[in-house]
Amino acid sequence: MTLKLNDVTKHFGRFTAVDGLSLEIPEHQIFGFLGANGAGKTTTFRMIIGLLDATDGKITWNGENIDYSKSNYIGYLPEERGLYPKLKVRDQLVYLGRLRGMAKNDIIVELKDWLERFKVPEYLDKRIEELSKGNQQKIQFISAVIHKPKLLILDEPFTGLDPVNVEMLKQAVVDLKEQGTSIVFSSHRMEHVEELCEHLCIMQQGKPVVHGSLKEIKRSFGKKNLFVNADFNLEYLKDIPGVVGFKGLPDGCKLQIESEAISQKVFAAIQDKGFVRRFELEEPSLNDIFIEKAGESYE
Amino acid sequence: MNKFLIVMAHTYWSRFKTKSFLITTAIVLVFIVALANIQSILDLFGEEDEQKRIAVIDDTTNIFDLFSQQMESTDSNIELVNFQGSLEMAKSEVVEEEYQGLLHITANDEELPEATYHSNKVNSSEVGYLLQNNLQQIKVMIATNNAGIDESVIQDIYSPVVFETVMIENTTGSGQIGKTEEELSNARGLVYVILFLLYFAVITYGNMIAMDIANEKSSRVMEILISSSSPVSQMFAKIIGIALLGLTQYVLFIGVGYTVISLKQDEMVGGIFEYFGIADIEATTFIYAIVFFLLGYLLYATLSAMLGSLVSRIEDVQQLMMPVIFLIMIAFFIAMFGLNMPDSTMVTITSFIPFFTPMLMFLRVGMLDVPFWEVGLSILIMIITIAILALIGARVYRGGVLMYGRSTSLKDFKKALQLSKKD
Repeated sequence: MTLKLNDVTKHFGRFTAVDGLSLEIPEHQIFGFLGANGAGKTTTFRMIIGLLDATDGKITWNGENIDYSKSNYIGYLPEERGLYPKLKVRDQLVYLGRLRGMAKNDIIVELKDWLERFKVPEYLDKRIEELSKGNQQKIQFISAVIHKPKLLILDEPFTGLDPVNVEMLKQAVVDLKEQGTSIVFSSHRMEHVEELCEHLCIMQQGKPVVHGSLKEIKRSFGKKNLFVNADFNLEYLKDIPGVVGFKGLPDGCKLQIESEAISQKVFAAIQDKGFVRRFELEEPSLNDIFIEKAGESYE
Repeated sequence: MNKFLIVMAHTYWSRFKTKSFLITTAIVLVFIVALANIQSILDLFGEEDEQKRIAVIDDTTNIFDLFSQQMESTDSNIELVNFQGSLEMAKSEVVEEEYQGLLHITANDEELPEATYHSNKVNSSEVGYLLQNNLQQIKVMIATNNAGIDESVIQDIYSPVVFETVMIENTTGSGQIGKTEEELSNARGLVYVILFLLYFAVITYGNMIAMDIANEKSSRVMEILISSSSPVSQMFAKIIGIALLGLTQYVLFIGVGYTVISLKQDEMVGGIFEYFGIADIEATTFIYAIVFFLLGYLLYATLSAMLGSLVSRIEDVQQLMMPVIFLIMIAFFIAMFGLNMPDSTMVTITSFIPFFTPMLMFLRVGMLDVPFWEVGLSILIMIITIAILALIGARVYRGGVLMYGRSTSLKDFKKALQLSKKD
């Protein structure tokens, strides 16, 4: 059950939303799909579930085209959340679940389990408009996964949730992965992506600019972060060749260096200036990679 | 269960359970029952049937007796009292409302009656009119008697001429050329009813469909819906779902209406029910009524669904529905004009324009003998139009439901079509 995108392109008139995107997402995997606003993420998702037709290229799942005959195996949590405000949680999920091919009784059983798990069993007979935004989001999440999809698309699933609820939903996502679901996950919160996804892709203006496993991406990025905490002014460090980024911190600075070797030069430059409390070389964070690859300046 | 049926059932029940639907239906039902019982309700409030006493001062010798006989024979509820006393006394009794009015009859030089009617209100002219009419007849009687003319001669003079309109039977062609006057007026009743039903159905249910779709868009639940079943099947599931809802409502109305009318059958002699004389209409006219009603609904419902998919806020629905409402209004007004001139060129031409066909072709079928090929052609044009609209509508719908923002222009129509295209 592998989702494959093969050189997929989408034009809207003269505008190119997605340009030559190729991906492969096997089961038991959470795939991070990143990109700045307007990079073509939502368009890609809409093409995957068949709401839009690709101009060029092919999207297959298990070797077959995706159409409405497969919709019972697909779960979708769109970025724009939406439920019927006037309907009760039970009626809402029964309707949406039946549209995904479930029987009414199974839906009620599953729904009760999920509400229990999210610690909100009392919402079964509440109307959506009575719930807080975070709780509406839980219901929306349940609506995307209640039919145990084989392919799940989560567009920004954690926005608007408090940390406790984020953990709860994250665990649910991981559990679904363990059960074999292929999950496409998009988020602007890099720490979530780093935590959940082994593979990812960063989109910029419709093109994938970074693509591969998280480790691989970090290694090939080359640049590293160097944290220096000292009692004296560290401004002059940014003039050392090989230092490409400088950010002052309350008790020191964060340097971005081209390669590990540069750290030696930096070390030499601060060696006899005074007391140094911290000198630490770190792998780049996904955040750094994203910011560099998806444009947007640091300062 | 098939997803089409799930969406259909959902559309039906979620609309059915709304308060506004239940209340509107209840109000109309109460109205129907009230209308059927209108006579009894009027009687409750009516003082009209009270016996009216009119004082008569007769300065002639014999007119009062003739006059009161005449009044009795006309079965009115006016009681004439021969007042013995002066004019002033009688007037004061009218002021005290002892009598409704006072009629003072005098004779002129030729011994013919003349009268003055005194009353508290000048506007209660109904009584005065009755009195005048009856007195007129007495005057005619006296005058002719005086002239020596026999009463039977008078009757001959006043009886209406026998005048009949008879249609020529054409045995060489397809039978009759036109319809008899009676058939025509019967058909007119049914045409009236269907025109109104169609007009209200399009406005009410077309609006409902557009609202339903705009609602799902504005609450953004649409994206989930169209990811689980195809937009086209959803669109038609909604159209059929709302159609069933309308059918439920109309069956209720007609059922209750029929029941109360049959309960009151004996009271309702004549009046509008004879005018509508629905019982005497040919079966084919009924079949055409159903066919044109369904086609008309489908046409306008598809159009409404397409427009509904273009807006993303409920507030914009009304604005986008305006052209649809104008179309049906134009059809309705042409039809109203056509009821009196069903064979005018304008009606003939417009009956082939698909948006007007359900009203105007039905009007022609009901009131004229239209060759079958013409009816068939208009039905064919309608079916083709519905198919084209459905095709475009489905594509617009598919793209339109993904569009958000203010949308009330034709540009959005193009944009929606573009969204559903490959490039």
